[in-house]
Amino acid sequence: MSGARARLRRLGLAGLAAVAMALAIPAGAVQPDEVLPDPALEERARAISGGLRCIVCRNESIDESNAELARDLRLLVRERLVAGDSDAEVMSYVVDRYGEFVLLRPTLSGANILLWAAPLLLIGLGGALSIVYIRRRAVAVAPAEAALSPDEEARLKVLLKE
Amino acid sequence: MITELGHFALILAFMVAIFQTIVPLVGAHRGNVGWMSVAEPAATTQFLLTAFSFGALTWAFVTSDFSLNLVTANSHTDKPMLYKISGVWGNHEGSLLLWVLILTLFGACAAWFGSNLPPGLRARVLAVQSSVAAAFFAFILFTSNPFTRLAVPPMDGQDLNPLLQDPGLAFHPPFLYLGYVGLSMAFSFAVAALIEGRVDAAWGRWVRPWTLAAWVFLTIGIGLGSWWAYYELGWGGFWFWDPVENASLMPWLIAAALLHSAIVVEKREALKSWTILLAILAFGFSLIGTFIVRSGVLTSVHAFANDPERGVFILMILGFFMGGALILFALRAGAMEAKGVFSTLSRESGLVLNNLLLAVSTFVVFIGTIWPLVTEIFSDRTVSVGPPFFNMAITPFVFALALALPIGGMLAWKRAQLGRVLIQLVPALVLAVAVALLCWAAFTGKSTLSPIAIGLSVWLVAGALVDLWTRTGRAGGLAARIGRLGRLPRADWGKAVGHAGFGITLFGVAALTGYQVEDIRVAQPGQPYRVGAYEVELLSVDRNVQGPNYISTMAHVALRGPGGEQIALLHPEKRLYPVAGMPTTEAGIDSGWTRDVYLALGDPQPDGGWALRTWIKPFANWIWGGTIIMALGGLLSLTDRRYRIAAGGAKARPVAARGLPAE
Repeated sequence: MSGARARLRRLGLAGLAAVAMALAIPAGAVQPDEVLPDPALEERARAISGGLRCIVCRNESIDESNAELARDLRLLVRERLVAGDSDAEVMSYVVDRYGEFVLLRPTLSGANILLWAAPLLLIGLGGALSIVYIRRRAVAVAPAEAALSPDEEARLKVLLKE
Repeated sequence: MITELGHFALILAFMVAIFQTIVPLVGAHRGNVGWMSVAEPAATTQFLLTAFSFGALTWAFVTSDFSLNLVTANSHTDKPMLYKISGVWGNHEGSLLLWVLILTLFGACAAWFGSNLPPGLRARVLAVQSSVAAAFFAFILFTSNPFTRLAVPPMDGQDLNPLLQDPGLAFHPPFLYLGYVGLSMAFSFAVAALIEGRVDAAWGRWVRPWTLAAWVFLTIGIGLGSWWAYYELGWGGFWFWDPVENASLMPWLIAAALLHSAIVVEKREALKSWTILLAILAFGFSLIGTFIVRSGVLTSVHAFANDPERGVFILMILGFFMGGALILFALRAGAMEAKGVFSTLSRESGLVLNNLLLAVSTFVVFIGTIWPLVTEIFSDRTVSVGPPFFNMAITPFVFALALALPIGGMLAWKRAQLGRVLIQLVPALVLAVAVALLCWAAFTGKSTLSPIAIGLSVWLVAGALVDLWTRTGRAGGLAARIGRLGRLPRADWGKAVGHAGFGITLFGVAALTGYQVEDIRVAQPGQPYRVGAYEVELLSVDRNVQGPNYISTMAHVALRGPGGEQIALLHPEKRLYPVAGMPTTEAGIDSGWTRDVYLALGDPQPDGGWALRTWIKPFANWIWGGTIIMALGGLLSLTDRRYRIAAGGAKARPVAARGLPAE
């Protein structure tokens, strides 16, 4: 807890500076010298980078960021890929070093399950409430409009035929 | 002197706001007409005082009065006039002053144009509106005073954040605020109705124009912000799921739900308590948005302030108004009985589905936005929730909404026949499926989401056209039907245009995310290379180009077509703003109907080349084009006859069947 609080405080103080730095030279991102010769590998590297957060920036992936640290991480990702790691192995390699804070897509574990389940729970709950509401409104319709009993309908048919 | 007068006017406005909160409310409770009617001149006075105060601050910025702390921190004599003025709201204190200015403007508008409201309701609406203003006046005066003087004025200012020195961003905050604050009117109407204990069709009709106007402003504001991010941040993204972006998206989604549910109240006197709740929540999300942006609790680029004192104050405002309104809602909502009955398959049910999807999307965005904060407080985990989560969580809702919209929008009120609607929509469906299949076949190996989204966008636009066409009726020939198109109620047009705009934006998003082409390389001057169907050649790079308040490194790049003919000469730049000590990029963009070619200049390389990134972004402008069309749809609806003529109190019974607009 104290670690988290210290981090918060640090972010609070350094927030503006970090933001200014992060967005300062935005056109940087992936540099030509970082691009891997193998297009397939490079594409994987880009996809992985898009899911990793630049730690010194706010809310930017390392793929978009121009921060020095983001560049280091991009190179690290490519290094691991060249060494033959799978995407998952690269991810866990980075998470081991920098913590799960770097994952822009939260893992499906612990309390995060609630986050991932939230859309389903909400639509389920909201959907059920909506159906109950609509049904109740529809029931109010029924007596007025379904005024004809089967018996009456049969008589109506006869009348219409005549 | 002017500064002191501005400060004084602000304090006076605060006093008037307190007065306007208490007296009309008591008057309305006792039925004292004199006390009630105090509200209108008070609302006007409040607005004039705030406008004067805002004018005084603007004057200080325009004349570069560096004896003001705020001007020193956010302005500079060399800054172009546009940014001296936009600098007024390009900071925490000034933006809050703009916020209350708009708040009091809306209050004054309600006083000026609300003569058709029953006196009790009008007094209460103005009182509630004024109580919100009073809270924000207190916030400004006690925590964020823009009129603080410096004992020793410096020779020059520290300049505005260069990223904010941009025409798109100059007008982004005012529009957003017009939207946020516009929702305060819906809130005031909701609370006033709860105090009165009465919600009827007339209430729905009064509250809808305000919501519609707020939604239109929010749409424009969000569009401007997204457009700015696209060309300014240097990699051509248009939405980043940043907390401050989400802060504006949440009220927008809820407002969209509200303006649809208010139709049900107006036309059918159903969904009443739900609409009241939405009106409360819509403003609640505006306050949450303000809290997120102003407190810096989820720090990001827009968070100018990270002073906890301010955050706590806004949280108190939020707690007071939301808590109060929701308690009132819990006490009174039960009394609002729905009158209109409808069958399971009806326009009403369609609008319930619309509300369900929009409201759930809002809450999903909300949970995702605050999740890092929640886990940090309740456990020791520090997690991030970024674009991958939001894209995955929101896309299904967008798709469901797009799929259901053309059908739901054509269902008849009360009791509809699905078969009949579907038959009318067959041409739209065939077209949509054909286009989707074509995209899927043409770009094998790419994401399957894009063809689906493109198919849905065609479905939306074609569905809107079909809806409009069927509203012309069957009688007469083609010419007669076309003639009748022009005579359809504006609300019908607004509905079709707005929904088509949604489709166009969806199309732009799908095309851009699915099919953009990227090229990163070291470009050598004089050596052309191909990107997609285009030829790109770096001609030269000028260093030290002097701008009004920046120094630029400007590249000159020729863009040529497949045949070698020149299409455009582009000038991507890297700028340095020496006063703020901050570099920015200016992308070189060749905009077009079907694609943007987007160039971003990088660093010089040891071998004499320059890092240059080139993107071909298909249909990028359609994203904002669709946004503008959506806003236009809202405006058309707003000018509908029934708001201009039939907005009267007792007269506002559900309109006669003949002139019944579809919406």
